[in-house]
Amino acid sequence: MWWKPVHRSERIWFTIAFIWCMILFAMMPLWHLRGGQNPSGTRARVEPSAYVARVQQFVRDYGTGATDGGIPVVAPPAGADIYLLGAQFQWTPVLQLEQGAEYTLHLSSLDVNHGFNLFPFNVNFQVVPGYDYGLRVIPTEAGSYSILCNEFCGIGHHLMVGRVIVNPVGTASAPEASPAAAGGGQ
Amino acid sequence: MNAADSAFRVCPTTGLKVHKDADALIKANAVVATVALLVGGIAAILVLLTRWQAVHLLSDVMFYRWLTIHGMNMLIFFILFFEMAVLYFASAVLLNCRVAGPKFAWAAFVLMVAGAGLVEWTTFTGRADVLFTSYVPLRAHPAFYLGVILFAVGAIIVTTIFFSTLVIAKRERTYTGSVPLVTFGAITAAIIAAITLLHGAAIYIPTFLWSVGVMNVDPQIYRLVWWGLGHSSQQINVAAMVSIWYLLGALTAGAVVLNEKISRTAFVLYILFISMASAHHLLVDPGFGPSWKIVNTSYFMYMAVLASMLHGFTVPAGIEMGMRLRGFTEGIFGWLRRAPWGDPGFSALCLSVVVFGFVGGITGVTFGTEQINIIAHNTLRIPGHFHATVVSGTAMAFMGITYYVIPLIFRKKVAFYGMARWQPYVFAIGMLIFSLSMTFVGTFGVPRRHYDISFAGAPFGVEFSPATDLMMGLMAIGGLIAALGGGMYILITVWSVFFGAPLGADCTDKALRGSVPPGVYARPFMELPKTEVELKEHGRLGVAPGTMVLVFVFLVAFVVYYFANWKLLSDTWQIG
Repeated sequence: MWWKPVHRSERIWFTIAFIWCMILFAMMPLWHLRGGQNPSGTRARVEPSAYVARVQQFVRDYGTGATDGGIPVVAPPAGADIYLLGAQFQWTPVLQLEQGAEYTLHLSSLDVNHGFNLFPFNVNFQVVPGYDYGLRVIPTEAGSYSILCNEFCGIGHHLMVGRVIVNPVGTASAPEASPAAAGGGQ
Repeated sequence: MNAADSAFRVCPTTGLKVHKDADALIKANAVVATVALLVGGIAAILVLLTRWQAVHLLSDVMFYRWLTIHGMNMLIFFILFFEMAVLYFASAVLLNCRVAGPKFAWAAFVLMVAGAGLVEWTTFTGRADVLFTSYVPLRAHPAFYLGVILFAVGAIIVTTIFFSTLVIAKRERTYTGSVPLVTFGAITAAIIAAITLLHGAAIYIPTFLWSVGVMNVDPQIYRLVWWGLGHSSQQINVAAMVSIWYLLGALTAGAVVLNEKISRTAFVLYILFISMASAHHLLVDPGFGPSWKIVNTSYFMYMAVLASMLHGFTVPAGIEMGMRLRGFTEGIFGWLRRAPWGDPGFSALCLSVVVFGFVGGITGVTFGTEQINIIAHNTLRIPGHFHATVVSGTAMAFMGITYYVIPLIFRKKVAFYGMARWQPYVFAIGMLIFSLSMTFVGTFGVPRRHYDISFAGAPFGVEFSPATDLMMGLMAIGGLIAALGGGMYILITVWSVFFGAPLGADCTDKALRGSVPPGVYARPFMELPKTEVELKEHGRLGVAPGTMVLVFVFLVAFVVYYFANWKLLSDTWQIG
């Protein structure tokens, strides 16, 4: 009893809706080819303790010796692999990058899930313990940025803020000057 | 014959035979659902008054605790208890059939209440400050996970009883032809529920064992399987909500089904594609590659999106055609002007369709795009989206049908009927302000599930733009208006059910006017003065020209919002 011919208006809407869904689909592979923002990256499993060791090595290699908000400041050269650790309730280390340079930003966690949010650009990634997420990033604008945690990670969640400083093109990273100049908010 | 019949009562209004167990089960589930709604609603107000930085009511510990309580009570207990009632209604009541194994049905109810009780006890006593998602390795008391498992087992028994009831109805020939579309939709909901609850078992049983120290659970696998539960369960809501849309359309405005084939196919698309769509929660997760993400969000999710776009057309088009068949044929929108806007069932239906589609649907599909998720994940844009779907959509539809359930199932007049006529508007307008401001403020990167965005005591200061404070204030005001609407709903339903005037035997227009929705006595679905053949086609716009115009407005809004987000994305750092 319910196999009746479809009304024309329904046929029209079905066709339009289907085409629109195909456009929605096509945009994603297209952006991989043409767009500048994709969540692909490199993905690998990593033991939290091994990742912590990598972060410590990273701080030893490129650390400026200064601290900001009690957290070591690191100024890696262009093209370097950057290691950022989320742990209850701190992002380590503070990063000093150069505008327009390309880096591979690694994200992982020591304990529970954290959320990487680059403020005020609103770039978000999930940080999962046991997984190393390596994202190619090019900071396109200079300035001082915060890293908020936006995945609930325990009662101190809302205190978890990190920092990234992007120096304008041409200024060599000046280790001792930057933290103060960026205006700490302690 | 007589002995069997004594287990039924005949509904004097609709002529449907109602099995007494079905009656009692629907009542019990509806009552518990309302209690959960009350608890969740109180939690909502407390959470809201804390996120409103100007008030900042709770301490941090209590904020996260009440947020957990809010999520569990609203998204699990209120919705699922209500859906259990819908399952009994769509099987036993609509098909004139007895409930299969009423003893099992009551056992399932007891299990679900016990499970919910365990969860309430652990969350209220601070043994489970892990929020709704309880992402491993955040750790709660084992009783929390056990409670969820018991609840899920109870729900799975109810879906089994639902299917058994359908088999009985078929065997005892209590209905002829195909099952009604509303039952078909409920079957969809029940199948998705079965898939969902199996995911739930697959993740909560290992997590329970992990919490007592027996085994290990990988945090990424947890997120994958948990969202098989967490998102698919929202799809139960969607299927149940769409079924109620069809039901309310018929009850309030005499809506017809344009084409059963299309509507039923759209329900089948939900079943086929919805579990995979859970992947859109993992778009910026480290555990999965781009091809996996694209396949799961595009091929699979968009077929479910297509289904929603079809229902979004056929529901209003069915109302339009029903109205036109009844003689409201003037112009493009004459039927809409003459629609029963004072019937809370009808206004709830329309508000549910509009807010679900325009706000919830458009934002959901946009945020569920692989790359756009980078500028949406875990910000307030996400709760902004799902409050428009689950609250303004599903809960609004549930509220609308309640105004019919009170007279038709509980046999009571609707208390404070004048207030009931306003309730859908108050609730929907509040929720609309709330979810729009929440979605908007999320574009500034304001995180969800966050106690204090003034970051007092954090190692670095963070200052959001002043617009953020304004929007958060608006969000709070909208939320409070919605809470008022929710309070009105609870007052009306509780008062009607426990202290309300019984309907009596006189079901005429005169006896009932002003105390129940007009669809109960005027029954527009019973009379069709015209036949479909007599209906004039409006040129290119076909039989439902008004709906055609409305869906094109929707499409334009969709396209604009979608591409505006690509633009927003292209302005951030290059990343990949």
